[in-house]
Amino acid sequence: MAFVDDLGAALDKTPGGGIILTSLDALIDWSRGKSLWMMPMGTACCAMELIAASFARFDFDRHGSIPRPDPRHTDVMVVAGTITRKMEPAVKRLWEQMPEPKWCIAMGNCAVSGGIFYYDTYSVVRGVDEFLPVDVYISGCPPRPEALQDAILRLREKVSAESIVPSRAKPVKSILPQPGDPRKGDIAAEGGEPS
Amino acid sequence: MTQTSTSDVTPDTAETQPTGTEPTETVMETVVNIGPSHPSTHGVCRVVVHLDGEVITHCEPIIGHLHRGIEKMAENRTYLQVVPLTDRLDYVGSMYANWAYCRAVERLAGIRVPERAEYIRVIVCELQRIASHMMGIGSTGADTGAFTAFMYTFAQREKVVELFELLCGARLTYNYVRPGGVSRDLPDGWVEQCRAFTAQHPSAMLEIDDLLLGNVIARARLKGVGVLTQVDAVAWGTSGPIARGSGVDWDLRRDDPYSVYPRFDFSVPLGDNGDSYDRARVRVWECVESCRIINQALDQLEPGSVQAEGLPRLLAPRPGDAYDHIESARGSLGVYLVSDGSPRLYRMKVRSPAFCNLAVLPLLAKGHTLSDLVVILGSLDPVFGEVDR
Amino acid sequence: MKIEDLREHLCGIYPDLCPLFSIEFGDGVLCVSHERLHQAASDLKDLGFDRLGMVTAVDYGEEFELVYRLQSRAMHAGIFLKARIKRETPVIASVCDLWPAANWQEREVFDLFGITFDGHPDLRRILLTDDWVGYPLRKDYEDDRIIRRPDYI
Repeated sequence: MAFVDDLGAALDKTPGGGIILTSLDALIDWSRGKSLWMMPMGTACCAMELIAASFARFDFDRHGSIPRPDPRHTDVMVVAGTITRKMEPAVKRLWEQMPEPKWCIAMGNCAVSGGIFYYDTYSVVRGVDEFLPVDVYISGCPPRPEALQDAILRLREKVSAESIVPSRAKPVKSILPQPGDPRKGDIAAEGGEPS
Repeated sequence: MTQTSTSDVTPDTAETQPTGTEPTETVMETVVNIGPSHPSTHGVCRVVVHLDGEVITHCEPIIGHLHRGIEKMAENRTYLQVVPLTDRLDYVGSMYANWAYCRAVERLAGIRVPERAEYIRVIVCELQRIASHMMGIGSTGADTGAFTAFMYTFAQREKVVELFELLCGARLTYNYVRPGGVSRDLPDGWVEQCRAFTAQHPSAMLEIDDLLLGNVIARARLKGVGVLTQVDAVAWGTSGPIARGSGVDWDLRRDDPYSVYPRFDFSVPLGDNGDSYDRARVRVWECVESCRIINQALDQLEPGSVQAEGLPRLLAPRPGDAYDHIESARGSLGVYLVSDGSPRLYRMKVRSPAFCNLAVLPLLAKGHTLSDLVVILGSLDPVFGEVDR
Repeated sequence: MKIEDLREHLCGIYPDLCPLFSIEFGDGVLCVSHERLHQAASDLKDLGFDRLGMVTAVDYGEEFELVYRLQSRAMHAGIFLKARIKRETPVIASVCDLWPAANWQEREVFDLFGITFDGHPDLRRILLTDDWVGYPLRKDYEDDRIIRRPDYI
């Protein structure tokens, strides 16, 4: 990445380099977005849907998302399932083994927030975002393969907004509520009228 | 899927250590760590393997990476609220855990289940057995390099999942069997779809049997690998296809009959040698037998109610303890409940067959090569949601 | 085999175990003192209970109750073997020498209840990490990571 970073920084400073940079960004984002290889971090129930997703009926290969069990070959880690405290160091270490640039999809309620295992349990990490930077969250217990498909496409949108010069990255419209945003159904924030 | 690619994730076990304390000993022991995230451990199992060359001298499965404390959580839930938790135990066969739990509750609270509900339970659980075995057989293929078979079995599994989706809207976690019956009746046209499935399934199984287990490479990889003797199978408390593959003639559906199973005519497939091949073979024939049971159950299905009448919204059984078990796809799945008379459970213990079956792994793997370890582990077909609970 | 037949069969061979036998929810239960547990288990094994189905424990405050579920293939019957031990001295004899199946199951009970099994070949934590503090399935287990579920019922 060092070479690409240096190139980006140099082009950014060169007059007229922006045109090359934009074309280069488009090429890089296109190629990255169309071959998001998955690191299937399947631990529990959601792993079954992850397997189903890559098989004949849902066929994720057509999106260029091929599951590879080796972290060093992959771009996106799909955390599918409950992460326990015993498993946490393993997930962290596998994430660190993945080369940059890398993304993370939290698949299923357990990976999003702990889900059904939020209360009363002593061994579950409440959401993988406690220790990993998550790009796309999928809710569901477990989510359908179509939901994972949607997540891959959303992630592609996010990837296509990136640039090799960090300051040129386009803003991504997040459907997640930002801090301070009124939440849907949050009566107090919306002035007493539930939407 | 290469067997040598290990994702060693804990620094303490990844070292190579020469253990020749005797000066005359020239054996170099290598310690290889497989997992906890490895494509052929079928979940989050870590196996520490001690190797002499490529031969396993000792191996130790390290489990608990998916220990979610379901038994503790159940202690702060009402009897009905525990049913969704049991879904997440054996996530390849959720209906079984539902049913085993509900049977224990029904025994504890003295609930009589309507006959139609019992038939529906038998039908969905036999379908679940097929779905679960499709996963087990398919991964046997994937472990031996025959990935095509996995595609074939998964196509069959998707058909079962589709039937379940019609039934309860979910693909994996059904929450369908409830204390006192099932959550809703069969939808219109479901029986015909189910019959259409059972009509094509045996021939599909023959094809898979021919494709995978008739294959000379798969036979060479599976036969004679991981032999479990009949004596060991009983002593180590294995059950299900693992025990039956070793010739232990023990099936709770026939030998400790529950529900309406005595009314059906079916046979229990047995293996002779107790190797990985026999275990896979037993699973194939169990699927065919399941189709027979489903067909008979559909024939005998009478209209009626699917929920016991007059159940209180909040069950509070009298103090005591009850145990009930059913034959799941992995073996005898038991649930032990203790009630203290309050609406909440006092204690729930799940006797998980996969936990007991996995305990024989060191016994089976000793003397085989590292590449055989994944085949043996795959033939035990553990589901770690149930092993670790 | 019917539960009454099992009772007669048991009483015929081991009359000393007979008064300890009771029937609860359709299951035969044999409650013994913790000193006699290993002997009773061994007797039941000789009687034909060749499979150890389950080993677990229940926390009853002052005491722990150890519950063993045994099964006989020949007699088509199951039986519970129960023994109570004091909370202060949670030690009981291991049945690993009778059924190897007890190995992992007793490790699990040790892991979650902190009950020590005398004579177990390899008593370590199995489900939790080795450095875990406390025994989670005890009723008095405290952990600041647990969030109690609000009472809805």
